[in-house]
Amino acid sequence: MDILVTGTVLGGTYALIALGLTLQYGVARIMNLANGENLVLACFCAFWLYTATSINPIFGIALIAPVAFVLNWAIYAYAMKPLVDRARDPGQLEIDSILATFGLMFIMQGIMLLVFGGEYFSYNFLSEPVRIFGENYGLNRIVALCAAGAIAVALYLFLYRTRQGTAVRAVSVNPSSASLVAIDVPRISAFAFALGGALTAAGGALLSTFYTFNASMGVIFTMKALIIVIMGGVGDVRGAVLAALLLGLAETAVATLIDPGLTMAATYTLFLLVLLFRPQGIFGRQTS
Amino acid sequence: MIALKEKEWRVAGVAILLFGVAAMIPFADDGYYLSLAVNIVMYVVLCTAWTLFSGPTHYISLATAAFFGMGTYSVGLGIDSLPFPLLIGIGALAGGVLAGLVGMATLRLSGVYFVIFTLGLAELVRQVVTWLQVKFVGAVGLYVFTELNETHIFWMLLALAAAVFLAGWLISRSRLGFAMRIIGNDETVARHVGIDVARSKVILFTVSGAFIAAAGAILAPRFAYVEPPSAFNPVISFQVVIMALLGGTGRLWAPLLGVVPFTILFDRISASFPNHTSLLIGVAFMAVVYFLPRGVIGLVEDFLARHRKRDLARGRHISEAVE
Repeated sequence: MDILVTGTVLGGTYALIALGLTLQYGVARIMNLANGENLVLACFCAFWLYTATSINPIFGIALIAPVAFVLNWAIYAYAMKPLVDRARDPGQLEIDSILATFGLMFIMQGIMLLVFGGEYFSYNFLSEPVRIFGENYGLNRIVALCAAGAIAVALYLFLYRTRQGTAVRAVSVNPSSASLVAIDVPRISAFAFALGGALTAAGGALLSTFYTFNASMGVIFTMKALIIVIMGGVGDVRGAVLAALLLGLAETAVATLIDPGLTMAATYTLFLLVLLFRPQGIFGRQTS
Repeated sequence: MIALKEKEWRVAGVAILLFGVAAMIPFADDGYYLSLAVNIVMYVVLCTAWTLFSGPTHYISLATAAFFGMGTYSVGLGIDSLPFPLLIGIGALAGGVLAGLVGMATLRLSGVYFVIFTLGLAELVRQVVTWLQVKFVGAVGLYVFTELNETHIFWMLLALAAAVFLAGWLISRSRLGFAMRIIGNDETVARHVGIDVARSKVILFTVSGAFIAAAGAILAPRFAYVEPPSAFNPVISFQVVIMALLGGTGRLWAPLLGVVPFTILFDRISASFPNHTSLLIGVAFMAVVYFLPRGVIGLVEDFLARHRKRDLARGRHISEAVE
């Protein structure tokens, strides 16, 4: 029971991060390896908002997410667009975007290290216990899970119930056909990239309420997000959520039942199994 | 006996001469410059071995730290009971086996899967090694006490570098090298002419991993105390990628053009501004992507091509004037 609740909370936060990445990779076709740095930056912003101006991190999202949206839009327009225009084939874009976002990752990490140093940060927010099924859990975790759920539902409604959301899904399925039905593909790509960044930042703000973070741990989150995206099937929102929950549960189970030092091994075993048996993802269809 | 063309003899001669000059470095200085030279040769080995695989396939491997750490650990674990040269061989074998397994699991799939898998491989191996040590040995670190000094390490690395270059050259003239060139140009074509694409990639990745692990093994005595975070340091993986791409991956010796300037620059910066190193790596990545997509060698080749064209034009002028 303990594993189930803790794992779901962790998985819920992973889901937001992975949703961000799946929009960026599945729609904008940019494998953004600086995604984790984006997340850590949001952690620091939430931390700063809470300690300096005592803004509740849950409401802080309302400030952080729009800023992340604009920032990621700028990154797409100024750093990624030239690569998209230059690439002769998808493989070329893949390699270029991986290398460029590696650069971005190190630059963001370098700046955060200069500003905050290498220490670990955390703050106390709603760290009082609640009783669920006879066991105690931190209220902050439960609140974070509910907020993550609300954001995910909002995203689902947006993607499946609005015109703009339909356009985003169309680009993710096939960019060249999407442009035939008068969808402005470059604009939708930029929008999806920015929205992905905003979602990841929201995930970061939630994570910071119950997690200890430092300037150089972004890459671990990027890796987990990537694994979730691939497990769920690239560009598939439902798959990403399911995969995130699975990963959260698996990690928590291994950490409590076997050894906390082996969470990464658990993640990798899952990833390897998916690669070997369902490389197209949980809901993905066989393409070629 | 392999028959060499005249040009190849000349290249071989120059290479032997350069290696000979490099081997004299310890006699000139055994302090700072020798240690810088060890760093340079280490990255030459790592980047060239990386390019062996990533040059023709265009796959970006971030597993360097994992193989390197396997080599270091093999020496750390066995140094009290086995002779050092044997341990280098065991390290190389361990790295090669790991590379083969990873290759078999991921190389059939698209490049992204490979990048992601290798990105975390060092972290995974580090966790498993730490866990095994804590669980079964009770301690995390290992002491490596040897009689070997910096000069010996330098010479061994230099010999390994020669071996990597030789292997790269032999592969490029073999059937495997020919197959890799076709795969690099167009994988579909390669598959249609009956090349076992996955197998060729796995073989090459294994060779590359074994060399990287051997370098890790040779460098183990330098650390004196080996523990998982230092042996499986992910920064090595990124530095290798950036240096190799900076030099260029089109030719076997091209990474050299990136390794030498970057190692010196990195050494300077980490000595005076230790907090700026990740910023430097980031800027270097950006610079390579936006300004040097083919690396320094691309610039050199463009320059030579322009020069040759101008020479041709001038030559025509002269011959016309003579007529």
